[in-house]
Amino acid sequence: MKLIYEKSQAGRRGIGVPRPDLPVPTVPAALARATPPRLPELAEPEVLRHFTELFDTGFYPLGSCTMKYNPRVNERVVGLPGFRDLHPLTEDEAAQGALELEWELQEILREVTGLDAVSLQPAAGSQGELTGLLLMRAYFDDRGEGEQRRKIVIPDTAHGTNPASVTMAGYELTKVATDPRGNVDLDDLRANVNEHTAGLMLTNPSTLGLFDENIDAIRDIFHGAGALMYYDGANLNAVCGISRPGDMGFDIVHINLHKTFSQPHGGGGPGGGPIAVRETLAPYLPAPVVARDPLPGSAGQRFRLDHDRPKSIGKVRGFSGPFGVFVRSYAFMRAWGPALREMSEVAVLNANYLLALLRDGYDLPFDRLCMHEFVLSARTLKRDHGISALDVAKRLMDFGFHPPTVYFPLVVPEALMIEPTETEAKETLDAFAAAMQQIAREAREEPEVIRAAPHGRPVGRLDEVRAARQPVVRYLFEQHRVQPPPTGEPRQLEAQKGA
Amino acid sequence: MSYLSLTAADREQMLAAIGVDSIEDLFRDIPADMRFGRELDVPPALAEADLTRHLEELAAKNVLDEVSFLGAGIYDHYVPAVVEAVLQRGEFLTAYTPYQPELSQGVLQAIFEYQTAICALTGMDVSNASGYDGTTVAADACFVAKAETGRDKVVVTEATNPQVRQVIKTYARGFGLEIVEVPHDEGTTDPDRVREAAADAAAVIFQQPNFFGCLEPAPELAAAALDAHALPIAHVDLISLGVLEAPGNYGCALAVGEGQSAGNFVSYGGPHYGFLAARQSLIRRLPGRIVGETVDAAGERGYVLTLQTREQHIRREKATSNITTNQTLLALAGLVHLSLLGPQGLRETGETCMALAQYAKDALEAAEVELLFPEKTTFKEFAVRVGRSGRDAIRAARTHGVNPGYPLGRDYPGLDNAVLVAVTERRTTQEIDRLVEVLAA
Repeated sequence: MKLIYEKSQAGRRGIGVPRPDLPVPTVPAALARATPPRLPELAEPEVLRHFTELFDTGFYPLGSCTMKYNPRVNERVVGLPGFRDLHPLTEDEAAQGALELEWELQEILREVTGLDAVSLQPAAGSQGELTGLLLMRAYFDDRGEGEQRRKIVIPDTAHGTNPASVTMAGYELTKVATDPRGNVDLDDLRANVNEHTAGLMLTNPSTLGLFDENIDAIRDIFHGAGALMYYDGANLNAVCGISRPGDMGFDIVHINLHKTFSQPHGGGGPGGGPIAVRETLAPYLPAPVVARDPLPGSAGQRFRLDHDRPKSIGKVRGFSGPFGVFVRSYAFMRAWGPALREMSEVAVLNANYLLALLRDGYDLPFDRLCMHEFVLSARTLKRDHGISALDVAKRLMDFGFHPPTVYFPLVVPEALMIEPTETEAKETLDAFAAAMQQIAREAREEPEVIRAAPHGRPVGRLDEVRAARQPVVRYLFEQHRVQPPPTGEPRQLEAQKGA
Repeated sequence: MSYLSLTAADREQMLAAIGVDSIEDLFRDIPADMRFGRELDVPPALAEADLTRHLEELAAKNVLDEVSFLGAGIYDHYVPAVVEAVLQRGEFLTAYTPYQPELSQGVLQAIFEYQTAICALTGMDVSNASGYDGTTVAADACFVAKAETGRDKVVVTEATNPQVRQVIKTYARGFGLEIVEVPHDEGTTDPDRVREAAADAAAVIFQQPNFFGCLEPAPELAAAALDAHALPIAHVDLISLGVLEAPGNYGCALAVGEGQSAGNFVSYGGPHYGFLAARQSLIRRLPGRIVGETVDAAGERGYVLTLQTREQHIRREKATSNITTNQTLLALAGLVHLSLLGPQGLRETGETCMALAQYAKDALEAAEVELLFPEKTTFKEFAVRVGRSGRDAIRAARTHGVNPGYPLGRDYPGLDNAVLVAVTERRTTQEIDRLVEVLAA
């Protein structure tokens, strides 16, 4: 499809701008724009039509990242003028609704995590991770142990953000292995945790979708060594109201609001990565912190942003955080109430059901009940028929399913990581399982169909090697080499299937 | 219950297929002492109508001013209706991360168009798909500069947004960077002071227009950085780039900023988007997603996430950043807005901001309200002295329905009696007349 720049015609305008009858001051020549920026020039209907044509058809998102249904009421409330038009630097007394919402959200996160204090500031899980690690540094520096404790322990199943965060925090990485049951290898752990360890980064259930059977032993090892435990909340959808990271022994937790609490993924964001911590770590939280003061008599309560945090690590993002994400997550939590537990129960039920349907068609690296997600391997398909996990993913598109994450976690060859979430209907799960079984059959009987997949998409498999070797990362106008398809006609789009 | 399709019949069939008797059995791997044994102590569930009412009540507790001149980094620019029309479509709102390009050509092409727009505006060669906000992309740029130069000092002007500076300092701890600030001189920054401070620096970061709304001598600041072999990094306002020169055209290595002014409502601080763009030689050091163009086997043009070996899912501890989820949807809102404006509309928006701001400055001076930096050219914001504490002046003005702006004393010692006034194209001369009335009182 044509780029918007290729549809542009000099002289067209999308929207007018107020032009008061006032003189325009001159910008000094040295600072003034010499050449106008090459932005698109289209009329308003053409702009809307362009972006409408760009929309992809819906697919059932059975990948990972907890792609659950995004309730539409959340979009309605986030657009309320009292939220939408409130400037973040508004005096606290005029922002009581916003601050109360933030407070209530924090209270729910405290209850769900089993911890004591919360910062809503981090803009994503990755940022929550970095914030948590900076908190560890501040905590140990305050104790005079900062120089001594330089290492963070991470299992080999960890999501790539964990080691990347370790680097950004100025820590060193210690990697530990996973045992045949899918738990962190306790012997490897004992050998690698000592007085030089600052902490652990772990998600539980793990990226394998398995609850670590030795989590209490892990807790004893780390706390015994005077180290801290950080919980990556990416898999929290499995355990809300069922088991709390604070009770598992974790000291710092980040929550992914765009996973567990329904903030829409938006094609890559926004998200929210608030953190919850034990009381001992609260002084180091990013500033400001939302505080609540009771009013005299029975006059209620007031909320404010407390900037007076002398031990705070500072600020990780502007203002109090991505407020619109808070509104949606809070609304989601209020829709569920205490039954949030049922959300996790059904997430785990759906995953185990799908696992039961698929375990015979694919390799199962760890033969255990799973939690909210599970990992299969296409290893046998690859060995016997030359069909890889990537091939399976591409062929799934032909059945109307968005493929699951492939090749992660790294410890499983030809991995397919499947997380249905609680909002998929049984019929969808049955259809997905049928598609996967069909692909397994095709692998044996007509693998060429799989290798040529996807069929019927606007593009076939794209040359990613070329994209990296000769990066073209913006439209080059007259110098642009690859022109649009000759027809320039919009393709017929299928009716939307996904939520 | 909320958003679930599961029926009792479904549950029975599924449990049977799994081979367990109850849902409880599925959690048997969790040790008993870690089982949460009671109901969650959270507020009760609300049906949608009640939920909406509850949120409306909370929203109503926020007091919006009738007229506001509050800016200081987040601005009340007009968000066109088409932006909302695009964003509310489920296909973008709920779109999956584009790891499987064949299913995500719409999102990927939109990001490619966004990257193109950011490069066009900033005069740079490459842009990423967005960062979290205008503060974190400044920290990201420091990390790029450190990797590129091998140096671990960064110079930042004091006239750069205070929250940007705070976030840079927080990240500097982890990056192992020393941050040095250069004070402002009457609202702008002296290039000689920058040159001196920038010895052995990886980068110099300055804001244009700066936090006070003043136009910095940007080309000279960039030159001062280059003289010290430091990377010049400009923190800029997208809305200003129709009238102000692109940083790439006066020697900058990176351009970053807060994108909110293009396409996003103020929304109590977010979610918004940070943009980060750089010259070509820095492409492999950039954090964040980058979309590239390629072809399929039939020669059909398509878009993919590219240079992924920079990113955490491939390079892990050696990645250029840990960033995964960014601010794609908000950045796309910015793209739609910029596409509606086009180059003429962007220039006109900047000119209207300047014209109205000048009207405000003239009217305030005529009413004997002093400008803080009367000699300096400004863009859409300027500071005034209010003859008493800025916070008191603001409180008093708000009782008349006018918010005059931001109390600079919150961040700058000695400026307790100064207020930063922002004038966007949404303001009118009548509103400005009201501002003058309340401040002159």
